[in-house]
Order: sequence, then C-alpha cells, then structure tokens
Amino acid sequence: MLQSFGKYLLFMQSLFTRKESAKILFGRTLDEAILIGINSILIVAIVSTFIGAVTCVQVAYNLDNAFIPRSTIGFMVREMTILELAPTITSIVLAGKVGSSIAGGLGTMQITEQVDALEVMGINSASYLVLPKVVAAILVFPMLVILAMFLSILGGYLAGTLSGELTPQEYITGIRDQFIPYNITFALIKSVVFAFLISTISSFRGYNTSGGALEVGAASTAAVTNSVIAILIGDFVLAYILL
Amino acid sequence: MIEIHNIHKAFGDKKVLDGVSGVFETGKTNLLLGASGTGKSVLLKCIVGLIKPDLGSVTFDGTYFTNNKLDIRQEIRRKIGMLFQGSALFDSMTVEENVGFPLRMLTEMSKEERRERVDFCLRRVGLEGANKKMPSEISGGMKKRVGIARAIAPNCTYLFCDEPNSGLDPQTALKIDELIKEITEEYNITTIIVTHDMNSVIEIGDKIMFLYEGKKLWEGTRDEIMDTDIKELNDFIFANRLMRDAKKVEEEEREEEREEEERRHEAENHTPAPSQETVQTQNEPQLKNPEGPAATTQTDNHQV
Ligand SMILES: Nc1ncnc2c1ncn2[C@@H]1O[C@H](COP(=O)(O)OP(=O)(O)O)[C@@H](O)[C@H]1O
Ligand SMILES: [Mg+2]
Repeated sequence: MLQSFGKYLLFMQSLFTRKESAKILFGRTLDEAILIGINSILIVAIVSTFIGAVTCVQVAYNLDNAFIPRSTIGFMVREMTILELAPTITSIVLAGKVGSSIAGGLGTMQITEQVDALEVMGINSASYLVLPKVVAAILVFPMLVILAMFLSILGGYLAGTLSGELTPQEYITGIRDQFIPYNITFALIKSVVFAFLISTISSFRGYNTSGGALEVGAASTAAVTNSVIAILIGDFVLAYILL
Repeated sequence: MIEIHNIHKAFGDKKVLDGVSGVFETGKTNLLLGASGTGKSVLLKCIVGLIKPDLGSVTFDGTYFTNNKLDIRQEIRRKIGMLFQGSALFDSMTVEENVGFPLRMLTEMSKEERRERVDFCLRRVGLEGANKKMPSEISGGMKKRVGIARAIAPNCTYLFCDEPNSGLDPQTALKIDELIKEITEEYNITTIIVTHDMNSVIEIGDKIMFLYEGKKLWEGTRDEIMDTDIKELNDFIFANRLMRDAKKVEEEEREEEREEEERRHEAENHTPAPSQETVQTQNEPQLKNPEGPAATTQTDNHQV
C-alpha cells in the first residue's frame, strides 16, 4: 500500500521531467479533452437527471408536513445536488467511464510495446501519454459537473411538478432561496481535485501494466476501485477543510 | 558498429543475462539466435536502453551509451530504429501517421517534406497506397512492413528487429527477412535481428551470435554454423530442422489431399474444381487477413 503510494509519487514526478514541446502537448490535450468530454456527456446527463428526480421525490416524501412550505423541496434539491450529488456522483460515474478507458488504453499500449516504441524514439512516454490526459480531465470535469448540476435541478423540477408534489413557482422559489455562490465554487474545486485523482490514478495503474490481456483487465478494475476510494476520501477531506 | 561488453541482467534472483560481449558490424545483418526464454529480447532492450543492465556497457560507433549523460543518450536514440515483435504500431493512428510520427516528433521537417519521406518509406517497404489504413485493418505481414518503414523513416543508423518473422507464414517471413537485409545493405546501417528461426540464419545471417541461458556460446557466419561442435547449438539446429521437415511433410500431405479432392470433384461434375483459395474465402468470410501460405500465393508482393 505504502509502496504503491511511493511509486505513484515517483510516477507523478516522471510526468514533469523532459517534457515534449508545448505545441505537441497542446494538440494531444485537445484530442484527449474531446475524447473524455464527448464520450461522457450522455452518461453524465442520464445519471444527473435521475439523481435530481429521485432526490426531489424523496425529499417531498420526507417533508410531507403542513408546517413546512413546499418550496423547501426545491431548496433541498438544490443544496444536495450542487454541494454533493452532482460533483461526487458525476465523478464516480466518470471514474468508471474515463478511469477504465485510460487504464485500459495505457495498459494495452504497454503490453503491445507501443510504450517501448515511444521510449526508443527518445520520447518520455509517461509525459507524452499521461500529462495531456490529466490536463484534459481537469479542464473537462468541471464542465461536466456544471452540466450535471443543471440537469439534476431540471430533473428535480420535472419529477416534482409532473407528480404534482409542488407547483413550478414553488420549486423555483425554493431554488432561489438563500443561494450561496460559494457552494458552486466548492463543487468546482471538488471536480478539479477528483479529475486529478481519477486521471493520475488510472494512468498510474494502466502505465504499470505488464503481462497480457488479463493484466490489462485487472489494471482497469484496480483503476476504478482505487479512484472511487480516492474520491470518497478526497470528498471528506475537502468538506472538512473548505466548508 | 555496436559493441557490447560484459552485459549482466537479473530480474530478482533470476539471472537472465550472464556476461554477454560481442561486436555487431555495420552494413551487415547481425543475428541474435537462441531458443525462447534465453534472454534475446532482454539483451536487445539492454542495447537500446529500454532496460538498464546491472553491469556492462554498450557503445555505438565509439560513443559510450549505457550510463552516459541523458542528452548524449537521446542523441544516439534518435538514430535508432526498432521493429518490435508485435510491430507495436500506434493503433490510434493511420499507417501514414505511424510512419510520420518519428519525423513529427524528432525532426524539424515541414509537413510537405514529411509527406514525401513517408511516401518514400512506404514505397520502399512495398506498401504504397496503404497510407490511410488503420493498423487493425492490415495483416501481420503488412504491420511488420509499416514497422520497418517507421523505423527507417528518420534515417536511422541502427536498426533493431525483435523476431521480425514471428507469427508470419514462411513465405511472408522470408520476404520480411529479405527486406531487412536489402535495407541494411542499401543504407549501410548496423542491423541486429533477434530470431529463433534457422531459416533466417540460412537466408540472411551475415553474422550470428548464439545465446544459451543468458550466455554467448558461439559466434560466426552462416557458413560456419553447420560445422560447429557445440552441443547446445547442434541440438538447437537439429530441433529447428526437425520442425521444418515436419512442416514440409505436412504441407506435402495437404497438397496431396487437395489434388485428390480436385480429382474427385472433376470426376463428379466434370467442371474444374474451385481452387483452394476460393474455397477458403467462401467458407471463412470472417477471416479478414489470412496469413496462411495458401492465401499469400494469390496476393502479390504489396499486400503480404
Ligand atoms: N521485465 C521482466 N521482469 C522479469 N522477468 C523478465 C522480464 N523480461 C524478461 N524476463 C525473463 O527473462 C527471460 C528471458 O526473456 P526474453 O529475453 O524475453 O526471452 P527471449 O529470448 O525469448 O526473447 C524470461 O525467462 C523472462 O521471463
Ligand atoms: Mg523475445
């Protein structure tokens, strides 16, 4: 465990030694960002819409009390999704989607000697392959989280109003009630930290694959489980420090 | 000329290379011969610097490589081309992007110059027109050719090939071997080929180094290899021959069966029987790149 962590730190260091030219890394980052972004939009949209809807229905069920104004439901949906559900659940979903694809891709490159081919050419394969993925994830994750926030609030709106739990006016009043802009900042900080954790942990697992197809599968699995645990620990630490 | 001196390498307690020394000459195809698992690939990786030897040194044309300063090693690496056992083409790139990749990364060439060089290299390995194909769409033999084109694209001075004909049928293997030899002589580069195939030895082995359990047991030319009295080498040659003979017998049997069948067909419906190739493609449409000898006889040079 401790040994893995040490190796992980050394791996992080290797990303920043003898880098390729900025132009080449920029182009690669753009490619990776498009790959991560486009491939994740649909799953993030589906998950966050339903999370919002479920949150709304459950809050409504718990607040079935004449003394509490119905707009509180909208307020609760906003607080829960923006602070916790949108950034964290989205990141866990992305750990599965992006993390496994990063680890699988790098693992395959490693066992088919594509990484060696880069090294023979005198290219620092770690920085050439991994750095753009990390930067791309850090750029794209906040955008996906903003999308997730928006869609989960929309999901809550649809579920709440279509089921007749509250009127559109009540929901919107609740959404606007005591809004704290810092919560959005906090959520975006979380998404950046999670992006870093997922992309570096998954790259580390994939890059250090050796053996055959079986090991690539194992690396993907390890990438996802390790990333999810890191996200949950990170979530706790950030809440403790920043709230 | 590449000189290696007293190379040692162990993984854990497992000794893989045990003091290998030798000289690989310029303009010649130098073979590293040995059975599977004797450390040929590890030695090759030690020479190009993918693995750090525990002890020993590698010198490229007089320049010390192994533990030299990074920029000197990088300088030498830029002159190294390598063909990997599984070709190791970048599978997210087309054939032409693969060949152009080292040019884009390592040289200051303009787009136009790069395109010309890529076309030239692809033509040289007999693959003109395959520019836009993806690695997943081409056969094993074609992949090796692309691998060679990528290796020679930046005008390499040293060429390393790890089992260039593994996974290929004997005919395609021979063509790849010949291509490597031609390129070596044409551009006067120092070529080291790892192989366990006696066919390669006979066809292209200018200079052969025989490895056995991490040690160099024998060194010489292909004319000398048959008269050696080293037991391990003789066993190796004998095993190879047996395999080749067995293959030949099998092929002859298959040929006979085919003729038999054709005769039967003809007798039955008085029409010429379909050739084996067409039968094969009809029956196995899912087989995209048949590499068998039957399939390659019908294709020309360029598609092997
Ligand atoms: N990275 C590695 N870690 C541990 N053992 C290795 C490694 N690479 C090769 N070996 C071992 O070294 C021995 C020689 O391997 P190799 O050079 O690939 O053989 P070959 O002569 O078939 O190319 C094998 O027993 C292999 O298991
Ligand atoms: Mg090998």
